[in-house]
Amino acid sequence: MKNQRSGLVYSAPITLWLTLLFVAPTLIVIVYSFLKKGIYGGVEWIFSVDGYNFFSSSYFLKVVWNTVEISVIATVITVLIAIPTALYIATSKYKNFLLFLIIVPFWTNFLIRIYSWIALLGNNGLLNNLLMKLGLEPHQFIYNKFAVILVSVYAYLPYAILPLYSAIEKFDFAIIDAARDLGASKMKAYTKTFLPNIKPGVVTATLFTFIPALGSYAIPKLVGGNDSQMLGNIIARELTITRNWPKAAAISTILTIITVIFIVVLSKYDKDHKGGKV
Amino acid sequence: MKQGNIKINSISKSFDGVEVLKNISFEIKDGEFFSILGGSGCGKTTLLRMIAGFIEADGGAIYLGKDDITCLSPDKRDVNTIFQTYALFPHLTIYENIAFPLRLKKLNNIEIDREVKKYLEMVKLSEHANKYSSQLSGGQKQRVAIARALINKPKVLLLDEPLSALDAKLRQHMLIELDNIHEEVGITFVFVTHDQQEALSVSDRIAVMKDGEVLQIGTPSEIYESPANAYVANFIGETNFIEGKVVDIEGKFGYLESSNYGRIKFELDKEVVVGNFVKLTIRPEKVKISKSKPRYLDDNDNILNGKIEEMIYSGFQSKFFVTVGNNVGDKLFSAFKQHVDFFEEDAESIHWKDEVYVIWDSADSFLLEVM
Repeated sequence: MKNQRSGLVYSAPITLWLTLLFVAPTLIVIVYSFLKKGIYGGVEWIFSVDGYNFFSSSYFLKVVWNTVEISVIATVITVLIAIPTALYIATSKYKNFLLFLIIVPFWTNFLIRIYSWIALLGNNGLLNNLLMKLGLEPHQFIYNKFAVILVSVYAYLPYAILPLYSAIEKFDFAIIDAARDLGASKMKAYTKTFLPNIKPGVVTATLFTFIPALGSYAIPKLVGGNDSQMLGNIIARELTITRNWPKAAAISTILTIITVIFIVVLSKYDKDHKGGKV
Repeated sequence: MKQGNIKINSISKSFDGVEVLKNISFEIKDGEFFSILGGSGCGKTTLLRMIAGFIEADGGAIYLGKDDITCLSPDKRDVNTIFQTYALFPHLTIYENIAFPLRLKKLNNIEIDREVKKYLEMVKLSEHANKYSSQLSGGQKQRVAIARALINKPKVLLLDEPLSALDAKLRQHMLIELDNIHEEVGITFVFVTHDQQEALSVSDRIAVMKDGEVLQIGTPSEIYESPANAYVANFIGETNFIEGKVVDIEGKFGYLESSNYGRIKFELDKEVVVGNFVKLTIRPEKVKISKSKPRYLDDNDNILNGKIEEMIYSGFQSKFFVTVGNNVGDKLFSAFKQHVDFFEEDAESIHWKDEVYVIWDSADSFLLEVM
């Protein structure tokens, strides 16, 4: 009894923190999504499901599809690059220096880093100037899906590398030797023993990439085009231009639901394959 | 028929300009329990990992049976390894750990099940089949590693300091178990260790290594009784050294004059002439100590006077360290006394600072080196 009570005391601050900063805002968003749109923006406190009428809109469904497609592709590419990179760093003599390099981009503002991509890929950017100097046709690199995916991969790569690095650092490489010794080819040894053992790192890296990618706003806004608008952009438009708050809240709710489903599925997958109690 | 004999042919290897294996050649016979013994950094693990295929040789060749395996990758070699840390797969159950090599071979489930159960039985882990390695004790992990390495039916089993992570008692137990398993499967075992006691107790033959070279290869008793040089004598158990100049030769025996111990009689294990400087070794357990002068002294016995400087009681035996010679603080002479009845005197009756006689049969010393 006493233990239980002291447990409550210890967990009170974090419970309060989470309630105030995460649960309450989410609930407010959900509540707003079921209210009636005010004439000059804002909401009227009358129950309504009008906010959810966008399901009939083909444009909206296309944006949902865009969002999921871009996020999935960016996440897969990010994790595929992050695994060998983290492996290299974890086994390198210079790992402290390399980790430092991974963290360096955080010193610069996120938006400025996106703008620097515009400077690189833009129609009058560095890359196109180079192509023209070489006598080649300039190419439209920017304001399309490709650019959104590329910049997303760039932006989320450190978030994927760091959890993978910490998982790989704990990995006992004698296990690879053992697998090789027992008849596994190099490839098999990595897929059958290395990957399963760093899975918690892979799951974390996937979550850390996919969740912010789903909620992307700045990247598609700055380097995306008509084909690559994401839910974040629509929410912003409904909130600030159309001033349809219930609709913005409803789309946010849908986005939250997609995210939660994804987390639940991934963490269940993680648990299913985890060996016994550790 | 299986051919588990290994031929190491002038193997050399350097890491960052440091030579860790210097042109090593020797052969391991089929079915032998062969130990590679040496201190840390002697190259023993490098050699083992080279046989396993994890390290490439700079020069030379390794043969398994009649086949040159020098350039084969680890998965193509008919040898399996027990790793120092066991390297069990933490994400798989014990059953799946042992089944791993068979799953790679894509055997069908019925066959795999039959084999895995057989090997689980052999290492007495049947009831732990569905546990994970984190739930097992050190000894059990070791046995999983053994079963996993043997299920492939390799020609040679390589053991990389497999007992170093276990406590003393368990180590003894696992050593006996390894010996039994060796007898049961009958394949070649190559056992790398720094512990001379382990090597002496289970090996058919031992190779003693130092600084990338093999100093001596022989049976445990050859290595212990007739060490090739002072390093081997000192590394394999404790020993006393006596250096001096040969002053006389009489048939099978010689006499040397030592500055510390005076005139010492010794058996001629090697060719010497009067005037040579030589080094003898006498194992402490062959040295008797006694407070009174023994009544029956053989003509071949050496007898010295000394004073007990230190005594170490360790249960089954006592170690005595005796100052011999005129100068106090001179080299100590060690004598080990087993606590059994065949000595003239009880160990308990000898005390610190007692004046004692130190006696040994000249046939029990071994002529190590002629300098």
